Amino acid sequence: MLRERIQASNYSFLDKLRSIDYLLILLIIAIGSISVFAIYSTEGGKFSFYTKNHIIRLSVFFGLFLILSFVRVSTWYKNAYLFYIVGLILLITVLFFGISASGATRWINLYFLNLQPSELMKIAVIICFARYYHRIQSSDIQSYKFLIQPIILLIIPCYLVIQQPDLGTSILIAGSGIAIIWLAGLNIKYFVYSGLLLLVSLPFAISILKPYQKARILTFFNPDRDPLGAGYQIIQSKIAIGSGGFFGKGYLKGTQSYLEFLPEKHTDFIFTLFSEEFGFLGSIILLFLYILLIYRIINVGLVSRSFFAKLYCFGFATAIFLYVFVNIAMVLGMLPIVGAPLPIMSYGGSSLLSIMLGLSIVMSCKIYNQEQISAY
Amino acid sequence: MLNRGRNIEKGRVITRRMFILAAAKILLFAGISSRLYNLQISDREKYEILSDKNRIREWKTPPQRGIIVDNFNKVLASNDRVFQLHLMLDEISDFDVTIFKIKNLIRLDQFQIKKLYKKKERLKPWDTLVVSDNLTWEQFSKINLYLHELEGAKPVLSTSRYYPYANDLVHIVGYVGDASPKDLEKPEIKENFVPGLKVGKYGIENSQEKMLIGNYGIKRYEVNASGKRISQIDYIKERQGNKVNLTIDIEIQKYAQELLKGKAGSICAMDIYTGEVIAMASSPTYDPNKFTHGINQKDWQEIRNNPLKPLINKSIAGLYSPGSTFKPLVALAALEYGILDPNKTIRCKGHKHPYELYGVKYHCWKKEGHGYMKLRNAIKQSCDIYFYEMARLLGVDKLSIIAKRYGLGTNVLGDLYKDEKNGLVPNTKWKRRALEQSWYLGETVINGIGQGYIQTTPLQLCLMTAQIANGGYKIKPHIIKDNTINYNDILNKIKLDQSNFPLHERNYLDEINVEYYQRMYHKKSNINFVLDAMFGSTNEQYGTSYKSRYDNLKYQFAGKTGTSQVRRITDLDRELDLDTEQIEYKKRDHALYVAFAPYKDPRYSISVIIEHGGSGSKAAAPLASKLIKRIIDRHKLREQFNNGNTSLA
Repeated sequence: MLRERIQASNYSFLDKLRSIDYLLILLIIAIGSISVFAIYSTEGGKFSFYTKNHIIRLSVFFGLFLILSFVRVSTWYKNAYLFYIVGLILLITVLFFGISASGATRWINLYFLNLQPSELMKIAVIICFARYYHRIQSSDIQSYKFLIQPIILLIIPCYLVIQQPDLGTSILIAGSGIAIIWLAGLNIKYFVYSGLLLLVSLPFAISILKPYQKARILTFFNPDRDPLGAGYQIIQSKIAIGSGGFFGKGYLKGTQSYLEFLPEKHTDFIFTLFSEEFGFLGSIILLFLYILLIYRIINVGLVSRSFFAKLYCFGFATAIFLYVFVNIAMVLGMLPIVGAPLPIMSYGGSSLLSIMLGLSIVMSCKIYNQEQISAY
Repeated sequence: MLNRGRNIEKGRVITRRMFILAAAKILLFAGISSRLYNLQISDREKYEILSDKNRIREWKTPPQRGIIVDNFNKVLASNDRVFQLHLMLDEISDFDVTIFKIKNLIRLDQFQIKKLYKKKERLKPWDTLVVSDNLTWEQFSKINLYLHELEGAKPVLSTSRYYPYANDLVHIVGYVGDASPKDLEKPEIKENFVPGLKVGKYGIENSQEKMLIGNYGIKRYEVNASGKRISQIDYIKERQGNKVNLTIDIEIQKYAQELLKGKAGSICAMDIYTGEVIAMASSPTYDPNKFTHGINQKDWQEIRNNPLKPLINKSIAGLYSPGSTFKPLVALAALEYGILDPNKTIRCKGHKHPYELYGVKYHCWKKEGHGYMKLRNAIKQSCDIYFYEMARLLGVDKLSIIAKRYGLGTNVLGDLYKDEKNGLVPNTKWKRRALEQSWYLGETVINGIGQGYIQTTPLQLCLMTAQIANGGYKIKPHIIKDNTINYNDILNKIKLDQSNFPLHERNYLDEINVEYYQRMYHKKSNINFVLDAMFGSTNEQYGTSYKSRYDNLKYQFAGKTGTSQVRRITDLDRELDLDTEQIEYKKRDHALYVAFAPYKDPRYSISVIIEHGGSGSKAAAPLASKLIKRIIDRHKLREQFNNGNTSLA
């Protein structure tokens, strides 16, 4: 073990450069560039506030990503719980000192950025769970003791985020956590049972939802129920995407988006605008880029030696998948509108920061993929 | 080894499960792709039609701003009908052509055209450009006649703010103008904004935006591909903003402004029990109606460059040394702390033998001196020498406690006016902290006659006078009508407080927070002494405002003059002894006067400040005298109206 540790710290800088996943970096740059063009288009082809901010954030966070990639994976491992605790503290801070916008209190004012801690929590849960399951023997995983602990660790942040209220992010946090529990090897029967339980309790769950959330779910099942109210976004989004056709209406020519039919076009509905202007072809290419990104992350997990790195990469890949799927399915009218950004594409500092942070940990797993982590 | 075996097993589980997940991901992505195929390829035509031919368009209709009324429900700010021309930028194929046509129709000059292009630069392609927010009827009818030739043009019937009392109220009510990017950050404006809507820029218009702005309406239309309306499908009516009811009496306010005409200064009047501000005049003034449609450069320069500074609301943003108007409070402090027996005699020997402290000389304003003075006479004749000595004995820290308690040193109207000043009541602690210097006794001495560091606003002086005149009770000054505050309740509270003697006697000497309608004094007799001395100052021979008195008991008032120096008086000045008119305007003293009326059973307090007006008794007291008569003449009417109001509520 000692020998291996020395080995790990003996990576030369050249070795590190050699083991960087360049395809992953290329993918990030590609999606990042597309996002700049898309946001430029939401501003009606003017280089102003959102575009400028997005470019600055992309460059800063990309630089941060490169630097953090060289942090050793064991350092991430050691600080995993700390990460989670800091995330929790920030969430509690939001509860008391958060700033509000359109009825929700989700942000902390850091002057240069309004930080949304729930976004950071998405990553914190994954890394925390990866560490938790890293040291547990596969035989112990099925015991109640090791089942209750992660569930509590998951319920606390989800509850805090629902209070903000932010159902979308809360579901995504829960989803990433459950994915890691699944990966760690918990017996399938638990998933089946809890799935059934969820189905049974659904009517009760709906009764405690906020009125606007209920409206969203009802309109999801029937958007024409209220075409000018809650169903408006879904209908308009579908019209925008559908009217894009195979090749799209052309860059900066998306009439639906220009006429302000889409209220949140630079955040949650960025895919709608992109799809309207670039059509089926563009959408499939973008989707393909995301699949490639997820594949590369899984690949890093496969070549890593430690369970921590494996669990983290597989978990993070699943999280990215969830974000992309939930967002696109939502704007296509396949899921209710819950407020989930599209990774890297959507305008929003906190979401971008957390994705880049998550990716830098993946890269660190890649660079130090031979590193063994002892379970202490 | 067992461990290793387990680890291999664990690794296998993780990888296996990962592949199961990956398969699920592929399936779900395939689902998304097929949905995309459905929307964009199979159903493309349907959505294209929806997009091109059945677009739903929204028009926001502007709300009417809430009106502002005075105490008697007289309208101070109303809404006039105006004709506007808006351009829907996204419906215009060639902006230059449209503008050219409009230019010929309503005769825009080159400068206005340039401004429009600049305005357009800042807008999004789908925004609304307000070409003109105040068309004449002729222009408006021409536009309507040729509407079919004007792409994207939309004639709008809107309302705009009108202030019937124009100059008389601008410092209280404020004015409206186009919303700046900073205004749009305010939630109440952001949520209710419609292109062309005017928002409050100053005063009540600004601070009561939430009340006044109202909610916009929404008209939804189906429009065709070229943006022409096909049918209206929905109309949510706009809601007018709420009425704001002020405590101001516009008749008194108008008269106060009239009295100040041609001068720079302020007049404030207040109900000494309810704290209602009856008038708050500031001069010179300007016309808020000019701001509604954007003020022109010439008018703006005229206002801005006026040396008498009309833009400053002197009643709350003007800072002045209170001068001798501070003396009643100094006397009250000395009596309350038991520093001095009011029968103590001090001799004022005139300029030849001034008051001396550590070799520094302090002069009385009266060249030949007042002779032997007791406290009552010293207030009445405003003898500086007596107050130098009294302030020395009292000390600045004790004085500052009383001064703050009676309303000096903090702003009076809370956050209603963003430019209201706090003023300054100095003490040793303040000086150490702010200037990092220790306090000199000489500064205490001049503080005793209201000079030196001390700075007050006219409204603070009015409040101070009110709180002495009502027998030493703390009141809640306000300018927006509050129906929970009424005279009879307050009188009952005060009576109750008087029957509960002693209440906060024990820690009276400390800095304490007094609740509203609780006593601030230690001994009632001290308040009465000061009130009596102020009576003497106005109604007895040798009193400084004797000439402005009324003998009729109905109007009889009591007050205190003040003359506040704007610079140091040199020995040369004393020798020359020039009249006010002979001194350069900027160097003349400020004239001040505070008063309460009627003397028997007082109800109102008033403060007058004339910048560079010379002496308080000549320049300020006569104005106060005139206004007091008008206020008392209207008292009965106001009382009846307010009682009627409360019984209705």
